[in-house]
Amino acid sequence: METFLEEVNRRIDGVPIQRCYHCRKCTAGCPLTSEMDYNINKIIKMIQLGMRDEVLNSSTIWLCVSCETCITRCPNQVDIARMMDVLRQMAIESGVTPKEKNILKFHEAFLSNIKIGGRINEPLMMVQYKLKSGDLFSDMAMGMSMLMRGKLAPFSPRTKDMKSVRRMFEKTK
Amino acid sequence: MKVSYYPGCSLHATGKEYDQSVKAVSKALDIELKEIDDWSCCGATAAHSTNFKLSIALPARNLIAAEKDAMDVMVPCAACFSRFKTAEHHLKKNQTLKAEIEEIVGGKYQGGIAIRNPIDIIYKDIGKDALEKKVVKQLKGLKPVAYYGCLLLRPPDVCEFDDYENPIQMDEILKALGAEVMPWSYKTDCCGGSLTLGNMSNVKGIGFKMVDKLMTMAREAGANCLVTACPVCMANLDERSSESVRLPVFYFTELMALAMGLPGPENWFKMHNIDSRPLLGSLGLF
Ligand code: SF4
Ligand code: SF4
Repeated sequence: METFLEEVNRRIDGVPIQRCYHCRKCTAGCPLTSEMDYNINKIIKMIQLGMRDEVLNSSTIWLCVSCETCITRCPNQVDIARMMDVLRQMAIESGVTPKEKNILKFHEAFLSNIKIGGRINEPLMMVQYKLKSGDLFSDMAMGMSMLMRGKLAPFSPRTKDMKSVRRMFEKTK
Repeated sequence: MKVSYYPGCSLHATGKEYDQSVKAVSKALDIELKEIDDWSCCGATAAHSTNFKLSIALPARNLIAAEKDAMDVMVPCAACFSRFKTAEHHLKKNQTLKAEIEEIVGGKYQGGIAIRNPIDIIYKDIGKDALEKKVVKQLKGLKPVAYYGCLLLRPPDVCEFDDYENPIQMDEILKALGAEVMPWSYKTDCCGGSLTLGNMSNVKGIGFKMVDKLMTMAREAGANCLVTACPVCMANLDERSSESVRLPVFYFTELMALAMGLPGPENWFKMHNIDSRPLLGSLGLF
């Protein structure tokens, strides 16, 4: 059977993470290090130790903002940013409840919004997000202020060929 | 010159003033923009965080549509730019994936057109000298720091843009407008923008922490404003900083239009959360 490490490497489809010599340059440069429950170098070690549940349940994988600083600075080209994408996808597939639930809810609202109109309709997406997350009132003031300044465009045109958009979602399910 | 144009979703909504200023500036510099026919969303962070193939297919659909016009494509949003370049990178590297994505999208990907940010087009194809000639109002007294953020630059072998630790193209454009660009070390630091819209950043205060740091460092560098080329950074910087440290934030194209005497800035600046008009007024620029 494929180990956790082997699965992560296969899905990254690039430099194997064992190339890491634990210099922690990535961790020093990661803007979210202080907010994460395990820093990104620890996550690499935990994958090597087969700590699947701990990794997939960590806040780290959801707090990563994909700033690509880690891969850019790694002397061994270990693609941690890509690894974080892979870990998020594995977490979703294994059905764990993400430590940062609302971030995944936001992604889901965003994608279902594309499925409806091909393009993001921000006011509608915020409604979808709020219904999914149950977080109804935060940021209302900001939303209203943006609306007043003419920043939100509830009626912006959509993609016409929605069949082709839905096809992409169907085929990548 | 003529290029294809991909506005992306942000430029039709929260980044409207970026769309309008890119268009105004392009027209004045004889860059003709042809919007990609029936474009769709690039998928952004939501797609690449959750579904790899979808994250390649979404930009690929737009690239394939753009290829029909056989011109380079201008992508002003740094986040869309990054998704387009990432898709291109994977499609060129991996033939099996390319075949699979072509089947998913229902079209052939040729890979013959360049994906470019307006900074790069203006810096390389128009050039500083030609730009200087178009300036009618020198931005004297304006002391911006150029903020590039993440997605135009990293990872460098995917983005193929400016120097990834010390980019200078936006600095040079602003200098050509007569602004006194301040050097600083936070050009490429992350602002946390992709957590911005998810309320997370608010709840935990991460967004404010990251933006306040940038604002504070910009002040320390002697700047009186920040300049960006990314609607995600703009939304984050403009909406999520503490009042005590905030500085006005501009799109670089807004300042270009202002210096070139083009109509529009008065409407765009009104859309910002942090009011830039007192600063510009005090400098006699507005
Ligand atoms: S920078 Fe690279 S080699 Fe160094 S700890 Fe991070 S992943 Fe390992
Ligand atoms: S891409 Fe993610 S893990 Fe890498 S430095 Fe940025 S936030 Fe940290």
